[in-house]
Amino acid sequence: MLKKCASRIYLFLMFAFLYLPILVLIVLSFNDSRSKVKWGGFTFKWYTGCFQDEKIMAAFVTTLQITFLSAIISTLIGTLAAIGIAAMKRKGQAIFLGATNIPLLNADIVTGISMMLLFVKFMDLGFVTVLIAHITFSIPYVILNVLPRLKQANISTYEAALDLGASPLYAFYKVTWPEIRPGVLSGFMMAVTMSLDDFSITYFTKGAGVNTLSTMLYTELRKGIKPELYALSTILFFAVLLLLLIGNVRPAKRSSERFDK
Amino acid sequence: MSKFKQQFLSGPYLIWIIGFILLPMAMIIYYAFTGSDGTPTLQYIAAIADETNRKALGLSLWLGVICTVICLVLAYPLAMILSNMHIKNQSFVVFIFMLPMWMNFMLRILAWKLLLSKNGVINSVLTGMGLSRINIINTPAAVVLGMVYDFFPFMLLPIYNALTRIREDWIEAAADLGAGKITIFFKIILPLSLSGIISGIVMVFVPSLTSFAISQVLGGGHVLLIGNVIEQDFMQGMQWNAGSGLSFVLMIFVIASMALVNSFDKEGEGTVIC
Repeated sequence: MLKKCASRIYLFLMFAFLYLPILVLIVLSFNDSRSKVKWGGFTFKWYTGCFQDEKIMAAFVTTLQITFLSAIISTLIGTLAAIGIAAMKRKGQAIFLGATNIPLLNADIVTGISMMLLFVKFMDLGFVTVLIAHITFSIPYVILNVLPRLKQANISTYEAALDLGASPLYAFYKVTWPEIRPGVLSGFMMAVTMSLDDFSITYFTKGAGVNTLSTMLYTELRKGIKPELYALSTILFFAVLLLLLIGNVRPAKRSSERFDK
Repeated sequence: MSKFKQQFLSGPYLIWIIGFILLPMAMIIYYAFTGSDGTPTLQYIAAIADETNRKALGLSLWLGVICTVICLVLAYPLAMILSNMHIKNQSFVVFIFMLPMWMNFMLRILAWKLLLSKNGVINSVLTGMGLSRINIINTPAAVVLGMVYDFFPFMLLPIYNALTRIREDWIEAAADLGAGKITIFFKIILPLSLSGIISGIVMVFVPSLTSFAISQVLGGGHVLLIGNVIEQDFMQGMQWNAGSGLSFVLMIFVIASMALVNSFDKEGEGTVIC
């Protein structure tokens, strides 16, 4: 009984540690006063201000574009690569998986800088370089989600389909695709998550005019905190909550797949 | 489609690897080992021994270790409690503890800046209760707090996953054979969750060793980590060779620390991704 009580208290304390900062942001986003500590009444003005702020909106749009483009392209390249890798002999697989590990194991700051050094030689830093960088660090997550599914899939069923006269594409669509689809989907979701959350790599590859939410926030945070940012946090928090609740009927399954591949 | 042809599907990725993974790495190594005029030199690698750089690297390692230990100490009991819960909505409770991870990294730091600043929320609550204020903003303590908050889920998840894989039969078998609770913990639960602990340590230590944004925002420029030195070399000083040299050294430290941590994992299943 005592043990149960202690663990309940611990759960509560950790919950508070994780959520108090977010709660403070949410409360302050409705506060009609620029002060961080005085309650000046209830207001929505930071929300309207947030939507009228050009910097915030531009960063928001850029973030969405980068995230979805990079997730789609990296899912495509990554899934194709995984199918190719699965057909390779041991040695080829080792080389490809070794290269796949480089962006995963490297520190973000090193990955970002190394790409910046390359990009400035050949082009101006901007939207395209950020997009390339995001695709690069997202592909490994797709491959590592799809490859195990391909290895579990029974190759004989695909061959049987071919023997029975199916074209390779048709056999793939009817036999292999249903088996790897969950892996492709979770790879796509992880690419989205990683791209949304990235700061360091974007920071080094973005150039002057382009900002994602993370880099925009970084610049703003160094200047001081605008109350519009509280509103932005609140909107994003509930957007994420809603998306996860809709997208995940089995929430913990997805989150545990993140590291458990 | 034959197996041989199937391999060509990874062609686009091969081009991507060469162009955007290997070539950038080669660039950073090239800059690290050459002077600004293109002659080979080791001075930028040796620059890590300069006082500022050495201190920054030392502080990064130190804060990284503290942050990792705090995360481990906080996350292990929580993971145990979560994995032992026998309620219908266990997955939902776990989801609750993972949710902050999906909040933007910068917004989480923003929240702590707000809480910790001189006239911030925590201080006004403390003064309201008649207690003395805490002034930890712009100190290493604030940076560690920010890191712990940011990287905590990366410790919790792998440990929780490892713990849920331990079957209850094994624990019951040990209890039937006369093992006490402490013996069960040290002989069964801890060894079987070791791979999770090791993943967690790597996933927290590497980002905390190399971070520069958290120390910039919560340290207010007073806490200089190796990441900050590198960032300044590139973004302010335009000293690409010096920055590349330090990045190269940092890369070596990351690889060395991962090798060290992984050497404790005898079964070899505790790498970052597997």
